Amino acid sequence: MAEEGYVAPHTVDEVVSLLVEAGGDARVMAGGTDVLVQLHADLIEPGLFVDIKNIPELRTIAAEAGGFRVGAAVTSMELVDHEAFNAAWPGVVEGVALIGSVQVQGRATMGGNLCNASPAADSVPPLIAAQAVAAIVGPGGPREVPVEDIITGPGQTSLDQGEILVSFLFPPRAPHSGDCYMRLTPRTEMDIAVVGAGINLTLDDAGTCVAARVALGAVAPTPLLVAQAADALIGSKVDDAAMAKLATAASSACHAISDKRGTKLYRIKTVGVIARRAAEKALERARKN
Amino acid sequence: MAKKVHVTTTVNGDEHEFLCETSQTLVDVLRGELELTGTKEGCSTGDCGACSVIFDGNLVCSCLVLAIEADGKSIETIEGMADGKELHPLQQKFLELNGLQCGICTPGILIAAKALLQRNPDPTETEIRFWLAGNLCRCTGYDKIIRSVLAAAAEMREG
Amino acid sequence: MATILEESGFSPDRKLKIVGTNPIKHDGPDKVVGRAKFGADLILPGMLFGKILRSPHPHAVLKSIDISKAEALPGVKSVVTREDFPELPRGTQWGNLSRNIMAREKVFYEGHAVAAVAATSESIAKKALKLIDIEYEVLPHVIDPIEAMKPDAPILHDDLRTKGVEGAEDKPTNVVERLDLAMGDVEKGFAEADVVIEREFDSQPMHQGYIEPQGCVASYGEDGGIEVWCCNQGTHAYRDQIAAILETDSSKIRVSQSEMGGGFGGKVGFYIEPVAIVLSRMARRPVKVVLTRNEVFRSTGPVAATRSRIKMGATKDGRIVAAEAELVFQTGAFTGSMFFNGPMAMFTRYALENIKTVSYEVVSNRPKVAAFRAPCVPQIVFGVEGIVSELADKLGMDPIDFRLKNAAEEGYTTLYGVTFGRIGFVETLEAAKKCDHYTSPVPEGHGRGVAAGFWFNRGGDTTGSLTITPDGSVTILLGTSDVAGSRVSICMMAAEELGVPLDKVRAVLGDSSALGNNRVTAGSRTTFSSGMVIIDSARQAIAELVKRAAEIWDVPEEGVVFGDGYCRPSSSNVGEFEPLSIAEIAAKTSVSHGAISGHSEMNVTGEGPGFGLHIVDVEVDKETGRVDIKRYTVVEDAGKAIHPQQVEGQYQGGAVQGVGWALNEAYVYGEDGRLQNSSFLDYRMPVASDVPMIDTVIVEVPNPKHPYGLRGVGEVPVVPTLGAIGNAIGNAIGVRPQSLPMSPPRLLELIDKVDNNGGNGS
Repeated sequence: MAEEGYVAPHTVDEVVSLLVEAGGDARVMAGGTDVLVQLHADLIEPGLFVDIKNIPELRTIAAEAGGFRVGAAVTSMELVDHEAFNAAWPGVVEGVALIGSVQVQGRATMGGNLCNASPAADSVPPLIAAQAVAAIVGPGGPREVPVEDIITGPGQTSLDQGEILVSFLFPPRAPHSGDCYMRLTPRTEMDIAVVGAGINLTLDDAGTCVAARVALGAVAPTPLLVAQAADALIGSKVDDAAMAKLATAASSACHAISDKRGTKLYRIKTVGVIARRAAEKALERARKN
Repeated sequence: MAKKVHVTTTVNGDEHEFLCETSQTLVDVLRGELELTGTKEGCSTGDCGACSVIFDGNLVCSCLVLAIEADGKSIETIEGMADGKELHPLQQKFLELNGLQCGICTPGILIAAKALLQRNPDPTETEIRFWLAGNLCRCTGYDKIIRSVLAAAAEMREG
Repeated sequence: MATILEESGFSPDRKLKIVGTNPIKHDGPDKVVGRAKFGADLILPGMLFGKILRSPHPHAVLKSIDISKAEALPGVKSVVTREDFPELPRGTQWGNLSRNIMAREKVFYEGHAVAAVAATSESIAKKALKLIDIEYEVLPHVIDPIEAMKPDAPILHDDLRTKGVEGAEDKPTNVVERLDLAMGDVEKGFAEADVVIEREFDSQPMHQGYIEPQGCVASYGEDGGIEVWCCNQGTHAYRDQIAAILETDSSKIRVSQSEMGGGFGGKVGFYIEPVAIVLSRMARRPVKVVLTRNEVFRSTGPVAATRSRIKMGATKDGRIVAAEAELVFQTGAFTGSMFFNGPMAMFTRYALENIKTVSYEVVSNRPKVAAFRAPCVPQIVFGVEGIVSELADKLGMDPIDFRLKNAAEEGYTTLYGVTFGRIGFVETLEAAKKCDHYTSPVPEGHGRGVAAGFWFNRGGDTTGSLTITPDGSVTILLGTSDVAGSRVSICMMAAEELGVPLDKVRAVLGDSSALGNNRVTAGSRTTFSSGMVIIDSARQAIAELVKRAAEIWDVPEEGVVFGDGYCRPSSSNVGEFEPLSIAEIAAKTSVSHGAISGHSEMNVTGEGPGFGLHIVDVEVDKETGRVDIKRYTVVEDAGKAIHPQQVEGQYQGGAVQGVGWALNEAYVYGEDGRLQNSSFLDYRMPVASDVPMIDTVIVEVPNPKHPYGLRGVGEVPVVPTLGAIGNAIGNAIGVRPQSLPMSPPRLLELIDKVDNNGGNGS
């Protein structure tokens, strides 16, 4: 049985060397809201916890290149409380504000939510829709990866041994653009998404949609970026006909399974509805922006 | 056996030292080592809120915090909520308006409600309901809990 | 031996000062500062931590258990298995209970206890569990109750034969019992009916969902005396059952009551205490055992799943003339679901003459069912109230008027042979008709439903004592557990009797050695029954106070009257005396005849049946099947609300538990027979943002058999919930759901069907 240890380094380089040294036996812990649940359910038995909350660059929200850079260990609550980020990316904030209770949001992070790699992770579809890019550092140096390329399967990521997710870069907010994340759960709170949809769209001055990204959660082994669903909106006035096409494309993209949280058929039926509703809200925001 | 780790922390203004295993959670240590059993454990997965405490200024579930993380930090539990002889207005309103039945969820709800009122002294019913969504209560149907929080907020605003 | 009390009943002229007010309950302040001690909160010197190993299989023969490696782990002080418990005969009450606590020949559900360890820390105990080697022979399992009834189903208990069936084949079965309850002539009744509706319903188990997992500390003393501290709904029941399965004497066991973090029926029976006792006996140290939430879901009782076929007929003028039902109750691995409550209560509230019911209790591979508020009733009433509202719709009658037309009143003899005394169903329905919710129009897009419910309310074995202390304040010793505020309600009745301020009266919960036997706190009996014995005790004390005053004044006892806390001369002819307060008389007890106290032991009778009507407005998202509860009103006859706030709390809490059961709470099993949603994340109890304020209307039709008229308010509030929400959803979407829970996927399927075919009316 592994001996357990805990370290809380202050730099990314220290984390990388600790991870390399530990081989596969270390577990990075940000907010710990998934890791500790897994630990106590005996799903994981790490020899070493590497707590990344004491690394300043992982805890910072800063303007960069006209957009934002958000540290991977920034908590949900810190994002919820950040006015400028809220104004730019309300959809992303909607995602992080749905991760568990306010108690959990005081600890949970976007980086952790992404690296936990649940198909139903609430912050991931809006991150993908926002075209956020993940900054990763590892023994081979830094690299940048679009968020949609991080999760490769339930609980699996494209991060290599020894690599750590450092931050997310959000692009500049275009005029007349807006985003939204919505999910469907049986309860109002404290549930895992049965389906979720993150939509980010941009209009021209005439109100025609010139760019859109649609990302769906809990409908496949990984969150999906669905080009056909975005195509349904691009070039349209985001009218009823476009919305209906969006809904159909979202339902068609659904490769869900039936599990304790919902049936396959139910997910296919409802993902289009949720995508449409999220698009309506994103449209409203784009028109005001 | 792995060696235990020595931790120094401040709980309700008092400095405490304890030894813990790496995998022990803050709620384990609060209840076990420090014998502060007012913080309750209902699920160990962050889903019921009974173990809510203020950790380093943030409302958290103490079942989702490693005890070792408490080193050098400050923690506020239900035992520190009343100010000397005076109950906190939330505690008083929960008593007057019967905001508790069995009482197991009460410490967590009071801590969570206090954190809410610090952020937002004048919350609506809906805001209270969503803020407290992480605190399960199986006895009251929530009605009298929400009314107690509304009444305490009103009293605190009047000072 | 009640003497004084039995002669007195409810007195309508009595002026009350304390009963009917809302004082702060005495146990409240410790609860808001975190000082109240619950099951897991006791810490004893030298205490060990116990953990239980559980079966991963839903059904298997337990071939061998090797504990040698676990025993060898440093820090492990005892390891127990079936070998350490007396082997009691299979198929008997104690044999079943013992096998549920610790599996013997077979495991019957995933999560069934197979061994336990006590160690110096929780982490060592957990490590030791992993060192226990168990050889299982896995057997086919069955979970669905209808599947379990089939002749080729996997058999759980090969010695089980169905009770209640004449000439049944002598072969193993999963059907524990068939129960036939009937009155009148249903064929004749249905022949008179102008409208007949027959439907099938099913329900899933819900868990009681108490937030406090079971927790206890047990200490086995060197003289064989056993101390147990735990959260429980009855110390005496725990004591006597522990004695039976450990084959010791009740007198050697002392069960103490912690504060209880919710029970709702789920802590009427026990799971961990005997295990902790045996661990303690072998380790010679106190042992604490606290379940995890995962263990609570996998091993403690949910309520019974049910299947039912219900048929009711009514005449054009709105009279229900016949009712028939076939009911199946899933009891889990062992019998004990109290399924008989279902047929007994399902139609009771309507003055029916012709009823026929057939009920079956069936075992299957899941945890043994435990009691829950009105055990086995709400899930059956769900169907009955759906049909009653559907009949009203078909007849074009208002659903409350239709219920009024059929309402049982004083003098009605029930299916189970009891003739009702004064009851308040009609008054409840009339109050509902008049309440603000029902008289407000249904908002656009919402659906409204109503449903009624009944519970017997209970009395039974109860003891208690009341003592006047030398300073005139009053102590009360109770033998029933306090699940939500009974202590203060009982103190209020005592204070009212004695004419002293409530602050002068305090009640404590005695341990199992302090008083004679008490039935568990269950069935809405405690404030009623413990209240009765304490009122009786108070009146005994008053009689003694009068005697002492007479002695002080040297006048005959008849010359002294007691009122408002004072003994006074009954008239000026007796003499000129200043009134003597209780405190003044009490101060002299050490020089007169000793302490003044009363104690009472009764098998309390005279419980007054309770009735309620719920009104609920819902909004259904027709694209997703999600239901929002928009407005909810509980109207219920309390008899008398001793502490109205607490009565409202019972109504509100019952309603919201029903919301969870109605909409989302259910167990999800995999093909492998393992529970997949054993957490509060995926077992979806209502959270604060899921519900609105719950309005209440307390109706008070006094129970003539109780000095203050009270009936009992714990069970009725949950009985109508499922039916009321079902009827509201039916009203919103055009078809009444017949399956619980009415979850979003199921409702969306129904909505799609209605859109395609049209509904069955609302």
